[in-house]
Amino acid sequence: MSAILVIEQILNGLQFGIMLFLMAAGLTLIFGVMGLINLAHGSLYMVGAFAAASVAGATGSFLLALVAAFTVAAFAGAIVEIVVIRRLYRAAHLDQVLATFALILIFSEGTRWVFGSFPLFLDVPSYLSGPVTLPGGIEYPLYRLTLIGVGLLVALGLWWLTARTRIGIQIRAGENDREMIAALGVDISKLYTLVFALGAALAGLAGALVGAIQSVQVGMGEPVLILAFVVIVIGGIGSIKGALIGAILVGLTDTLGGIFLPEFLKLFMESGAATQTGSALASMAVYILMSVVLIWRPTGLFGARP
Amino acid sequence: MSEPVLATRNLCKTFNALVATDDVSIDLKPGEIHAIIGPNGAGKSTLIGQICGGIKPDAGSVHLGDSDVTNFSTAERAQAGLGRTFQISALAMEDTVLENVLLGVVGRSAKPWRFWSPALKARDLIESSMAALERVGLAEVCDQVTANLSHGQRRQLEVAVALALTPKAFVMDEPMAGLGAEGSHSMTDFLSELRHEAPILLVEHDMDAVFALADRISVLVYGRIIASGSVDEIKASKKVREAYLGEET
Amino acid sequence: MIREGYINAIVLFGFLLIPICALIIEEPYTITLATRAAVLALAAVGLNIALGIGGLVSLGHAVFFGLGGYAMGILAFHAQNYIPVELGPLTINGTKSMPIIWLTAVLVSAFAALIIGLLSLRTTGVYFIMITLAFGQMFFFFSISWSAYGGEDGLSIYVRNVFPGVNTLVPIQFFGLCFTALCVALFVQSRLRASIFGLVLNSARQTPVRAETVGLNPMRLKLLAFVISGAITGLAGALFADLNRFVSPTMFSWQLSGELIVLIIIGGVGRLAGPVIGSALFVTLEHFLGEFTDFWHIWLGLILLLIVLFARGGIIGILTGKDGPHV
Ligand SMILES: Nc1ncnc2c1ncn2[C@@H]1O[C@H](COP(=O)(O)OP(=O)(O)OP(=O)(O)O)[C@@H](O)[C@H]1O
Ligand SMILES: [Mg+2]
Repeated sequence: MSAILVIEQILNGLQFGIMLFLMAAGLTLIFGVMGLINLAHGSLYMVGAFAAASVAGATGSFLLALVAAFTVAAFAGAIVEIVVIRRLYRAAHLDQVLATFALILIFSEGTRWVFGSFPLFLDVPSYLSGPVTLPGGIEYPLYRLTLIGVGLLVALGLWWLTARTRIGIQIRAGENDREMIAALGVDISKLYTLVFALGAALAGLAGALVGAIQSVQVGMGEPVLILAFVVIVIGGIGSIKGALIGAILVGLTDTLGGIFLPEFLKLFMESGAATQTGSALASMAVYILMSVVLIWRPTGLFGARP
Repeated sequence: MSEPVLATRNLCKTFNALVATDDVSIDLKPGEIHAIIGPNGAGKSTLIGQICGGIKPDAGSVHLGDSDVTNFSTAERAQAGLGRTFQISALAMEDTVLENVLLGVVGRSAKPWRFWSPALKARDLIESSMAALERVGLAEVCDQVTANLSHGQRRQLEVAVALALTPKAFVMDEPMAGLGAEGSHSMTDFLSELRHEAPILLVEHDMDAVFALADRISVLVYGRIIASGSVDEIKASKKVREAYLGEET
Repeated sequence: MIREGYINAIVLFGFLLIPICALIIEEPYTITLATRAAVLALAAVGLNIALGIGGLVSLGHAVFFGLGGYAMGILAFHAQNYIPVELGPLTINGTKSMPIIWLTAVLVSAFAALIIGLLSLRTTGVYFIMITLAFGQMFFFFSISWSAYGGEDGLSIYVRNVFPGVNTLVPIQFFGLCFTALCVALFVQSRLRASIFGLVLNSARQTPVRAETVGLNPMRLKLLAFVISGAITGLAGALFADLNRFVSPTMFSWQLSGELIVLIIIGGVGRLAGPVIGSALFVTLEHFLGEFTDFWHIWLGLILLLIVLFARGGIIGILTGKDGPHV
């Protein structure tokens, strides 16, 4: 196995992880601030992808498509928050799980109704397609590299938002003490709608960005949703830093496991069995990672200790 | 002097920078009520948490009878003979009053692994539970759902659950809180008798009750015992007046 | 308002009546639907013990359902191929006998529940929900990549397995078998709930601190509830596989775990007949709504949303006017 392949795979893992981070950041923010488990987050990812594909189809502009994904998902998020989600903040986890599970059903079937069951396609724009040559002579798709860049920018932006702005201070205050910030005269229900819409917008953006390298179809949100949950659970629910580290861990584990586990097992087993067991183990790897983390630290890497 | 039933030795606990328990050594002798008083936030509940389990002390030890129970879990301490009541009622609100006390009785028997025969037909268990309820005056409402009880009745039920354990020592966190004058009175009479069954470590804000009941009083301020003695000694202590009653001199 | 006992009796009686009527008017498909509802109800009864009494929100009960399914699939597969299973020095012959398959399903799921419970019960709240979900996904992906037993395509069994004294190929007889299993499980649950263990477990759900202060170990109580729960859901998995004569990784999917919770919520959490009503309604909706719209999940979603937001006790809660246990 060449060094180039290894580096390529690490970049792939990084790119996957960064996209997971876009999903996970919203989830973890929503949980941290409002205490809500939102299974419907994957639906907002899907909504973003569909919005992008439609707009790109109509206008041919990828940038417009991304803007559409961001705004439509934010709007969808705000509406869902106002109509359903805000009734759930004080509810038990079980109710939150069920209500947002119901939202998945409604979103998925609704989208299928409007767009049909066939996948849509969103093309990588010409100025971002094709490979670039990295130092060391590695050829790597420009688009994927862009994804990593965009994701890191978003991470930076989120850090700036929570650490340096008024809203961020309100958000962090809300995490610690709801009554307190209500008493300080912050309109808490507006703040919550805003946070939810922001999380939704990030999910929508991720959906659109990933939609250009995969197909855009109903049900695309669920696998990502579950991985995003794995990410925030590993990182510790409510922690953005945890989400970033968790996302990269999961992205790398998932991508590298598929390549290296079979190779690794070939050292001990005959090749056919090694490939079989290796790929079985690789598909389970992130979940194994998560259970190990939770068993070791029952509230994740950066989660608040009870 | 008889051996203490319950004792702490040099307990220390800090939360971040806050010293909640500062080198606390107290004991509880057979037949006595030892009251712990102190202003809000003095560390009384934290001390109880360390005695009964749930809060792990940074240093020091807890002894029950002859055994060092510092490393026991909460459940093990209960089995070793500690009966605790909570400052904020921790009852099964959906269950009936009787079922709540039954939990105590089952806990004492340490035999929860009975899967087939109905709990409400286990005559011996029901009898012990009813006996405990009768003593606190809740026998009539035994079939009521706990959520429907008044605040005072919940306090009584807290005590009944602890009674059902027939512990070697009681540890009670503000059993009079919110009881009203009449309620405090009957609770005071009740505890006064109860001390002969098992001694009581009593955390209480109601000074009338404390002065009426306590054989000894320890005053806890900022996590530290600043005075310990009989009712009259504490009443007379200048240190206590300064620190606790807030009278500047 | 109706007493819960009457509701339970009416529900079970109605459940029995429908396939009998279907038999008389010769509608075998309805019998199959009723069997499906009975088996899903059985799976949900299992989950209801962990969820409704123990308060364990497991989003991974599909693990046990799937293990039960694969226990059946693997044993019957080896029986129909006449190839024994080689487990190191051990050779196990396949079998078509339901009692043996059921026993295997129950033991395997109970063992899995023991291990998963031991690891998961260290966590609480959302973390518990998520770790059980993760275990579900592990089994799901493992079954997909395990090609010896069909991988993603699953495993078909040509003829339904046999039960002494019953012709399982006759739909109504197979229904009878599944319905009996459901009734036995319900009986077990009602005894369990009323027993000392049930009482203590139920209190430990509401106030774990109290359980500890009276000298009980809530974690052990919950672990045992989880094991019993997993075993019953595993049995349901074996029956479900036999009903379809097919097992596939979808039995391990997280959507299935979600659906099991949904069934319980529709009927009423912690209520004896909750899963039965829920699954009867679910199968009915799936069938009738599915007939005139392809998008019946929208309606299921809306119903679910309404129940969660406005009728916390589910259908039994509405009928009895009493809120159920809070989980
Ligand atoms: N888990 C914790 N983490 C941080 N600080 C804590 C914790 N528990 C208690 N404290 C702090 O320790 C101090 C002592 O609290 P404690 O509840 O023991 O007081 P108390 O004497 O029981 O007061 P009260 O009379 O109001 O019941 C308080 O300042 C409290 O804020
Ligand atoms: Mg206190």
